[in-house]
Amino acid sequence: MIVTILDIVIAGLLMGGIYALIAVGFSLQYGVARVLNVSHGEFIMLGAFITWMMYKVIGINPLVCLAISGPITLIIGFLLHRTLFARLRTSSPSLAAFEGKSMLASFGLLFIIQNVAILIWGNAARGYTYLDSSVNIGGAIFAANRLVTAFSAVVIGIAFYIFLARTRMGKAIRAAAQDPETAEIMGVNIDRVLALCFGLGALMAGFGGTLISMCYSVQPTMGFQYTIIAIIVVVLGGLGSIPGSFVGGFVLGLVGSIVSHWQPALSLAAYYMLFIILLIVKPTGILGK
Amino acid sequence: MDIERVISKRSFVIGFLLLILILFATLPLYSPRYTVVLLSNIFMYVVITVSWTLFSGPTGYISLAPAAFFGVGIYSSAMLGKILPLPAVVVIGGLASFCLALLVGALTLRLRGIYFAFFTFGLVEFIRHLLLFWECTVTGTRGRIVVIVDNTTVYYFMLVIFVILMLTTYIIKRSKLGLALQSIGQEEEAAAHTGVNVTIVKVITFAISATFMGASGAIMATKWTYIDPYIAFNPLFSFMPVLMAIFGGMGHLFGPVIGATIFTYLEEFLITRFPYYYMLIFGIILVVTILYLPNGLVGVIQKLWKRIPGGKDADT
Repeated sequence: MIVTILDIVIAGLLMGGIYALIAVGFSLQYGVARVLNVSHGEFIMLGAFITWMMYKVIGINPLVCLAISGPITLIIGFLLHRTLFARLRTSSPSLAAFEGKSMLASFGLLFIIQNVAILIWGNAARGYTYLDSSVNIGGAIFAANRLVTAFSAVVIGIAFYIFLARTRMGKAIRAAAQDPETAEIMGVNIDRVLALCFGLGALMAGFGGTLISMCYSVQPTMGFQYTIIAIIVVVLGGLGSIPGSFVGGFVLGLVGSIVSHWQPALSLAAYYMLFIILLIVKPTGILGK
Repeated sequence: MDIERVISKRSFVIGFLLLILILFATLPLYSPRYTVVLLSNIFMYVVITVSWTLFSGPTGYISLAPAAFFGVGIYSSAMLGKILPLPAVVVIGGLASFCLALLVGALTLRLRGIYFAFFTFGLVEFIRHLLLFWECTVTGTRGRIVVIVDNTTVYYFMLVIFVILMLTTYIIKRSKLGLALQSIGQEEEAAAHTGVNVTIVKVITFAISATFMGASGAIMATKWTYIDPYIAFNPLFSFMPVLMAIFGGMGHLFGPVIGATIFTYLEEFLITRFPYYYMLIFGIILVVTILYLPNGLVGVIQKLWKRIPGGKDADT
């Protein structure tokens, strides 16, 4: 009995680590740059494919590949914001109009990135094995790669939090999140900060993709399911709240683990059920402002 | 502008529309089968897009629920097709969607902006997974067989739904309800203060728009012979109308019609030959439209129309 509980809880936390990382990136893009990035999952897919290629072709260790996949998605995200979303922002009459437009534009990006990836890599599922030896935690048995991914996700999350809390750039980001106009008056280069936030969100997605590729097979169409997870987690934790997203990720991981222990076919339905109830009862999320 | 010119212009427009209607009504008599099939497809997307615009256009609430209502129609058709005559099935499909929309609307229309888009999207996925679970564990069969109806009948049903929808949209646009919707889109609080019952207006319009999606789902299901939750509740049916309406332009009654027609034709043309390029082009058009054509194709046409000398009086 205790082993079963331990099994469920640890599996949930391990999954939750990845969810948290993905959701933090998504939350940063929505909370600061105000872009509801539906193509978030496609950046995860890009990160996963970059890692897969590096491992298969050159033989680079997937953990080292974090230093490759992250910066690539960061640059793509930064440039996308500079060219596309910054333009939409200046041409939109109101914030609500910008949110609607940027969400629809990111739908367009979703189809573009996904289908370019299919044209490059084909539609088949790919995978590699890395650290698949098993580890015993108090009777519950897990693959080592899942422990490594969850641990890396937490380390990245904490490092990012320190970046936000302690550096000058982090302060500028927090200022932009609170009030973009005033931040601009105070000397923050708002266009650059917003683009950087969008890029950092994409960086998180790239990291997430690399970590996911260690445990699961990768496919050009894999992204959207993670976008949905990110949306659910972010609503769970409170839209725009970064600590909330981090906590929400673990909560969702646990919920998924508990439900799939009793009825595996219902775990996705349970996510949406949670999501719908939450939106009706408390749309601001568990840690919402 | 004197009154006689207005009247003659109006009767001209009505006559022209009647002529087009007669043309469509007699079309299956002399055109090849493929045209009839293609046109039913175009009507399907036009109906979904126009009914999406009916609610989301003026209010600005982005609904991603069309797939849910369309899917409810499909499932009503699959479940009742063998027992009831076709017109009854279509009406029930519409009514089922109407009821679902009433329920969803009453629950969620107090959610603003992006939350509403989230919720409606989650609804589609929730229904799909619940159905899938139900079919896998309770009934033990996945998917259903739908009674087949010949192409011409499907075509006529779609044509009738289309005509009723266009009339409804026109009437709503001209009525107090349309004005109320417009004011909700501009400033909801102000609308509430001027005496508009915001909740009822939103819920009723949402449900009316869902009815047409459900009805067209019920009739189009007969073309697929086999359906399962993945086919019936495909999220693409939620995104396509949004794209088509934006591409066509929501400022005019015929904007969504134009957008849906062009896109369905493009789909027919590209999807069999280059499926991945089709989705790629789809994405590029979406981004380009949002960036450079904020009012859609109709916006461009209206702009050009104003440049023609004498065109300034035309009511677009």
